Amino acid sequence: MGIDYAKIGLKAGLEIHQQLDTETKLFCDCKPELFKEEPTITFLRRLRPTQSELGQVDPAAFFEFQKGVKILYEANDETSCLVEMDEEPPHELNRDAVEIALTAALLMNARPVEEVYVMRKTVIDGSNTTGFQRTCVVALNGEIMVKDKKIPIQHIGLEEDAARKTGEEDNIIRYRIDRLGIPLIEVATAPVIYSPKEAEEVALAIGRILRATGKVKRGLGSIRQDLNISIPNGALIEIKGVQELELVSVAVEREVERQVGLLSVRDELQKRGVKAEDLEEEFVDVTSVFKQTECKVVKTALSKGKRVFAVKLPRFADLLKKELTAGIRLGSEMADRARFWGRVGGIFHTDELPAYGITKEEVEKLKQKMKVMEKDAVVFVADVNENAIDALRAVVERAKEALIGIPDETRAANPDGTTRYMRPRPGAARMYPETDVPPIQVKTEYIAQLCAQLPELPEQKMKRLRKDYGLNEKLAKQVLDSEYSQLFEVIVQESKVSPTTVAAALTETLKALRREGTAVESVSDEQLKELFKMIGAGNLAKEAFADVVGWLAKHEDASVTAAVEKLGLGALNTEELEKIVDEAIRGNEKLIVERGMSAFGALMGIVMGKVRGKAKAQVVSELLKKKLKEKGS
Amino acid sequence: MSNNALSGYRGEALQSLKKAGAQIGDIVRIIKDNQTYEGILIPRSEYSDDKHIVIKMRSGYNIGIQITPTTKIEKIGVGAKPSFKPLSLPKQKEKLPKVAILSTGGTIASRVDYRTGGVRPALTANDLYSVVPELAETAIIDTEILFSLFSENITPKHWTEIAKHVAKHIEDSKSGVVVAHGTDTLGYTAAALSFALQDLPVPVVLVGSQRSADRPSSDAATNLLAAVNAAATAPFAEVVVAMHETVSDKSIVFHRGTKVRKCHTSRRDTFKSVNATPVARLENGKFTMLVEDYDKRDSNHELVLKPNFDEKVTLIKFHPSIDPKLIEWHINNGVKGIILEGTGLGHVGSYLFSAIKKAIENEVIVAMTSQCIWGRLGMTVYDSGRDLLAMGVIPLEDVLAETALVKLMWIFGQTKNTEEAKKLLKTNIAHEFSPRTTYKEAQ
Repeated sequence: MGIDYAKIGLKAGLEIHQQLDTETKLFCDCKPELFKEEPTITFLRRLRPTQSELGQVDPAAFFEFQKGVKILYEANDETSCLVEMDEEPPHELNRDAVEIALTAALLMNARPVEEVYVMRKTVIDGSNTTGFQRTCVVALNGEIMVKDKKIPIQHIGLEEDAARKTGEEDNIIRYRIDRLGIPLIEVATAPVIYSPKEAEEVALAIGRILRATGKVKRGLGSIRQDLNISIPNGALIEIKGVQELELVSVAVEREVERQVGLLSVRDELQKRGVKAEDLEEEFVDVTSVFKQTECKVVKTALSKGKRVFAVKLPRFADLLKKELTAGIRLGSEMADRARFWGRVGGIFHTDELPAYGITKEEVEKLKQKMKVMEKDAVVFVADVNENAIDALRAVVERAKEALIGIPDETRAANPDGTTRYMRPRPGAARMYPETDVPPIQVKTEYIAQLCAQLPELPEQKMKRLRKDYGLNEKLAKQVLDSEYSQLFEVIVQESKVSPTTVAAALTETLKALRREGTAVESVSDEQLKELFKMIGAGNLAKEAFADVVGWLAKHEDASVTAAVEKLGLGALNTEELEKIVDEAIRGNEKLIVERGMSAFGALMGIVMGKVRGKAKAQVVSELLKKKLKEKGS
Repeated sequence: MSNNALSGYRGEALQSLKKAGAQIGDIVRIIKDNQTYEGILIPRSEYSDDKHIVIKMRSGYNIGIQITPTTKIEKIGVGAKPSFKPLSLPKQKEKLPKVAILSTGGTIASRVDYRTGGVRPALTANDLYSVVPELAETAIIDTEILFSLFSENITPKHWTEIAKHVAKHIEDSKSGVVVAHGTDTLGYTAAALSFALQDLPVPVVLVGSQRSADRPSSDAATNLLAAVNAAATAPFAEVVVAMHETVSDKSIVFHRGTKVRKCHTSRRDTFKSVNATPVARLENGKFTMLVEDYDKRDSNHELVLKPNFDEKVTLIKFHPSIDPKLIEWHINNGVKGIILEGTGLGHVGSYLFSAIKKAIENEVIVAMTSQCIWGRLGMTVYDSGRDLLAMGVIPLEDVLAETALVKLMWIFGQTKNTEEAKKLLKTNIAHEFSPRTTYKEAQ
């Protein structure tokens, strides 16, 4: 990258959210599972912004409310009850979840809180049916070592996961509440991370410790990293929901690039002498310019009776298209804002035109109508009047912020490590007590008991994996960082398969499968255990592992036996094997006559080619030797 | 809750806070085992132990810290006193109908203290406009706080008060009156007002909420808006209860005061019309009448106020092995009427017969309702019903037990004459009897 992060003065903090593997949700007895089927229950709600302690109403929330945004919740009976529907008070805090969180906290040398209070954190985007997230801090002031550097862990919390968004149509946002209430542990570091690489290392270290509890969920979405990133003269940006560990460093890099890029845009604007008062909220109806347009988006909008509105951004030309970081431009930042505040599909700006079916003539006409000078840019949008105006107002607002530098924002992570505007950063923490849930006391004796039975730390486990299982360093490390590190030991003990084979299968093979797009996480622990038991018992060859997992991932709820059967992989019985060996001997009479017992090698190759995955080489070899001997005698 | 007290703190914790000179709301620093905690001192629940101090940290989280002999507490600052700042009042539209909102307490008429989580009453016009600014588009609001009571503490004396105040506002030519009330006994109050306020010219709308107003998901605003809307413009002039029709924020229904019952401990749609159809529905800003025989809004009607109730009436739920002495105790205690909540079609065990006979001989009115909640009595079907009728037990058809209780209390507030009381009890005064029940009404 060539960026000197120390010189830039990057400071980042991490907030890691990991789902816990409990029997029930955090505040009720529902199964903490997601469902794929059609919802059997739906209900419609509106969330009304309430005043904070200081009498303020969150402007973004109030704006959404005024726009009449409604939320359609989806549910089924298995995964949610009246608690998630906000139709019944929460039950008591799930003690198992508290214990897991405390265990993780102790592993991070944190101080357990002596009396835990559940709080309500206002969240009004619909992801919580109540309009707040229930959250509590269980420990404070921890510390972990990452590459010989002390990383303070400021806060270890326990909170309910939010509902997941499943769609959005006009004014209705759909959320599914199966995920709502799944326990999450939250681990927050101090802002002491100074490079993208370090961010990734710290995330990895925390992930290892959480997995050491043996009680965390795995699979996509079960762990989410939030980042807060700042550079001097920049802004404190919160990035929400980085799902993959590998993306942590990328997200930091991209964010630094974005901030550096925005600062250079600011410098250029200052050089051009643009002032905030030059940016006027003067929105012009330019529908007439596009009467004959071939641009599909505009054409469709006009056919629905929508109009095109434009605004001039004086001396912004060429700056909207300047790339800040991978595909992110000032223009796309403006488009994000327009989508959020105006609920429009997107915006057009003159930096990128002619394109999208908009002709040079149309651009010229537009520029004329907007009375632009050479260095001016024009942004326009096609929608119903109200949305179009709100969108352009947001564009002007964003343009003004570009003059100052980098606006404080909460941004959401994209799959490529870039980010998009999510909402303004919330003001003072809007947190107040959840009076429906009594506080719980964490007694000294209880902590002593937990301390006495703490799981081993990652470093210790690393040593043990090498010593007890004879894994080489690479495999041991892979197992340690794998979501299957717990399962590895169980399988080795239960299945009699060699530890190296199990380790390679659970790490390398599954990783390869995942890379090919196999939904490995849908294969359960029980299925994996059974699979290895079959291998250990000689009923399935280890080479068949990938095929069986691949099949199981595609056929949920099917049994391992069914997979083996369907794939025709079942170990051959002696009779079947004998038949194949006999055939091979019969087909190679000449060779056997010529070479006698020395034909074994060649014949072994032929037979194994036919039975790989269905018979153990040792069994084949013994049978073949016996048959050859019979033949020779 | 006083800001200056050390609310909820006792014993050791109280002593150490006093020593530090700290009060609720102050910023305190607590040093314990080399750890430093800072935050705002938060009141403590009076049922909690006396060994912990609760602070709100800068992150907004509350934690409790156990006080040990070596724990140091110091006051390091005076916290900003949080206050609820109402928004500036929206401009009143002069042509709008005038609506009175009377507050009696309950979730709908309270606000949470964000700092402590405590609940306090708040129902000035300013409070309301700031919580539900849309009200200003609907009506000109006149608010009055009558009491701040959890509804389980509301008694017939309060019904009388409420009825008189409603009457006062109606005489003051309001277009309708809204009564904000806790939901637990809202059904009883609705029945009481249905009997106490007769020949209404305008609607009287009782409203509650199942989720407190501090929650973005609260049903309070939607219910209140609908109640005010109904008071201002609805075509009916009856005592009704306005609450969510389903668990969705889609429609509000108006239940008849004598036919409504709280049927779920926590759901938004807890109120159901029993053996009846709700009077009307409000959806997307439009009223739909759901019944044909309703009392129409008519400013020519002269309100008849009959606000008195006599508390010497009781409701007894029959259960297997119930002790007949319970009834005898009531007789000796001077009860004037007993509403029985019998089983099925209107039965009680024969072991109660002699006590019931004795009550009737003592001029106590004994009337029957059913604990089935839904359905109509049929006391001529089985022997036990026929025996009770023969003793002089009055069958109350499909009247709700709670409504029957309230009605009998009201009757004895009007007359001391037992025969007249019986006659009134059997008369349909406020739609409490439905002559027929259709399939959809009998769930």
